[in-house]
Amino acid sequence: MEEQLSFEEAFARLEEAVAALQDGKLPLERALSTYQQGMALAQYCNEMLQQAELTVQQLSVDDSGSPVVHSLDGLNE
Amino acid sequence: MSAMHPGYLPGFADEWSVSALSRYLKELLETDDVVRYVRVHGEVSNCKTYPSGHCYFTLKDQDAQLNCVFFKQARLRSEAPTLRNGMALSAEGRISFYDRDGKLQLYVENVTPHEGPGVLFERFQRLKELLEAEGLFAPERKRPLPAQPEVIGIVTSLQAAALRDMLYMLRTRYPLARVILAPALVQGEDAPASIAAALDLLNEHDEAEVIIVGRGGGSIEELWAFNEEVVARAIARSRIPVISAVGHETDFTIADLVADYRAPTPTAAATVAVPDIADWQAQLTVLQRQLMDAMLERLKELTDEVESVQRELERVSPLNMIDAYQQRIDSLTASLQISMRHHISLYQERLHGLALQLHSLSPLLTIARGYAVVRRARDQQPVTSTQQVQAGENLTIQVQDGTIPVQVLAEHIQSTG
Repeated sequence: MEEQLSFEEAFARLEEAVAALQDGKLPLERALSTYQQGMALAQYCNEMLQQAELTVQQLSVDDSGSPVVHSLDGLNE
Repeated sequence: MSAMHPGYLPGFADEWSVSALSRYLKELLETDDVVRYVRVHGEVSNCKTYPSGHCYFTLKDQDAQLNCVFFKQARLRSEAPTLRNGMALSAEGRISFYDRDGKLQLYVENVTPHEGPGVLFERFQRLKELLEAEGLFAPERKRPLPAQPEVIGIVTSLQAAALRDMLYMLRTRYPLARVILAPALVQGEDAPASIAAALDLLNEHDEAEVIIVGRGGGSIEELWAFNEEVVARAIARSRIPVISAVGHETDFTIADLVADYRAPTPTAAATVAVPDIADWQAQLTVLQRQLMDAMLERLKELTDEVESVQRELERVSPLNMIDAYQQRIDSLTASLQISMRHHISLYQERLHGLALQLHSLSPLLTIARGYAVVRRARDQQPVTSTQQVQAGENLTIQVQDGTIPVQVLAEHIQSTG
């Protein structure tokens, strides 16, 4: 992926690619590039799911009274 | 009141037996105008009721505790409610010294729960009616939960087992998410304000897409913060959808009624807050399959189209015309050859006939019988008249097997005409 897609975005694009191909109107070159993109998106999504780790942060108030987050390593596992 | 009671004077002024001192203390307390009958309030703990029907407990506040005994007769007489740990109450009775255990204790005659189950229930009902009248529980106020929240806010105690349960479930089902914890006290006097502040803080921070507020199971008093108005109002004003997760399945709080979604337990809240990536993995497999099928299908369609156009092209091709002409040429050539041969053989036959005829007319045959042909030597003209020759002229005489040269004699030329 050329940009850092979120899982949801990548998944939505994959669904679009499938729909576009299933529509059956794409010219050959577009069909092939759509297929290749779709396959890459599927792989990207799978990798994201396999590598994902829950991030846990804690919210507190800084000196000026604004909310601020910091990581909470103790609870990350 | 004198410290020295005459009836308990020991043998030495400064040394007592334990029994004597105990008896003295007992007498002292039971005759004191202040503690002979007191009313004291605190929280019940270490409460135990024995088969005898006597109930023993400790009444305590933050800094001190007092042993209490509530005998069966006194309990029946005062129609006292069953005491439980954590109950706040006022107890009335006399203070005395229990010499066998060396304990000072309150012999309870009567108790008045401060917030017994009845009182709590009444408060619950009052607040519920108030908020209901304001429409805070209305179904149309309930917002849908986001299907795939990237950020999940959690309001609970950092120490709570409930937090571990929720994080475990989130980690298992949806590790793509980020969790923002807004720690709060979840029981005790300061809990309601703390919970409300944490909810407000998450809203101010404005990154969480859904908030889970709750705690694990406990007594109704321990869960009470979630029945307080400040908590209910903080949930109601949250711009972020709120899932309540208080105690167990059977616990129902005001917070549950105001929340956009009521989860029976913290674990259930974590489950409902996020999708399960296992489902997504299955969906991904399906999508991949569909993508491949659609591609193959499209390729087949395109191939079919090409083939169909190709067939059409072949049908209208100029090559077909060329073939047709070629065929005609071939057939014309063939018939031409046939008629040519026919003509040739006709001529051959005629030629043959003429040759035969010619042969029969040949002068050679006449010559062979003794005739000869005479020609002028100078121009090979046959000589048929005397006029054609002059004296001295050379002639040839053709006979059957050759020619004979001769010369005309002038005096012998005779005309017969």
